[in-house]
Amino acid sequence: MTASQIIFYLISAFILSMGLLSVTSRKIFRSAIWLLFSLIGIAGLYFWMDVQFIAAVQIVVYVGGIVVLIIFSIFLTQQSGKEMPKAPLIRTIAGALAVLFGFAFTYLLIDQYGFLPTGQAFDSDVARIGNAMLNTDQDGYALPFEVVSILLLAAMVGCIVIALKTKPEEK
Amino acid sequence: MSDVPVSHILFVSTALFFIGMYGLFTRRNMITMLMAIELILNSVNINFVAFNKYLYPEKLDGIFFTIFIVTIAAAEAAVAIAIIINLYRSHKSIDVEDATDMKY
Repeated sequence: MTASQIIFYLISAFILSMGLLSVTSRKIFRSAIWLLFSLIGIAGLYFWMDVQFIAAVQIVVYVGGIVVLIIFSIFLTQQSGKEMPKAPLIRTIAGALAVLFGFAFTYLLIDQYGFLPTGQAFDSDVARIGNAMLNTDQDGYALPFEVVSILLLAAMVGCIVIALKTKPEEK
Repeated sequence: MSDVPVSHILFVSTALFFIGMYGLFTRRNMITMLMAIELILNSVNINFVAFNKYLYPEKLDGIFFTIFIVTIAAAEAAVAIAIIINLYRSHKSIDVEDATDMKY
């Protein structure tokens, strides 16, 4: 077993155990912190795969943005020290069975397909990504880039409109 | 680097996907359900990056799908949290079982 293999299995075990804790923990704030660690582990997996740009985006957007947003919304809506009510046993068992069967079935398919890596080196240089992102040619991504920027604008306006507090004397 | 087979990376992402599904099935609190959805989206991202790196190294499509999924996930989380906070103001609860009417 080489060092890179050992690192991969350690990162994977970290991601999966933190994810499992995140969906089973009964204190909502701890659940958010486990999710944070799981996302950091995924960023580590991207670093292991040598796609540094995606790893940086993962850390900036998920760890720095979404998890902080989730933690703020927990503080606004919950008593974070209180334990959440336990799910009914029948729902836990049914969910676990469905998930186990789904996982076994999917992984069986993946294992039988037997993906063969091509073995070529992968160049995920940021300059290459940036060139493709603003390219209007055959394999450019200028149109999705513009569409997603409009989507972000619409989401921003929508958030402000939805969460705006209406004044009580209006009525 | 290439001595880990692709199916092991896919094992991690599949397991993470179904962990997220388990959270979605068992939780009834909207914020924890949102966390489960984030886990699911992240497992999809791992898949895209792994396929791009190991199976189609001359292209960049998987990287771009990952970038756009991250963007849309951020927008989705922001909108969902705005809805959750608004719902908390009117219902004093963010349990999905309590949010059965669409009136405000």
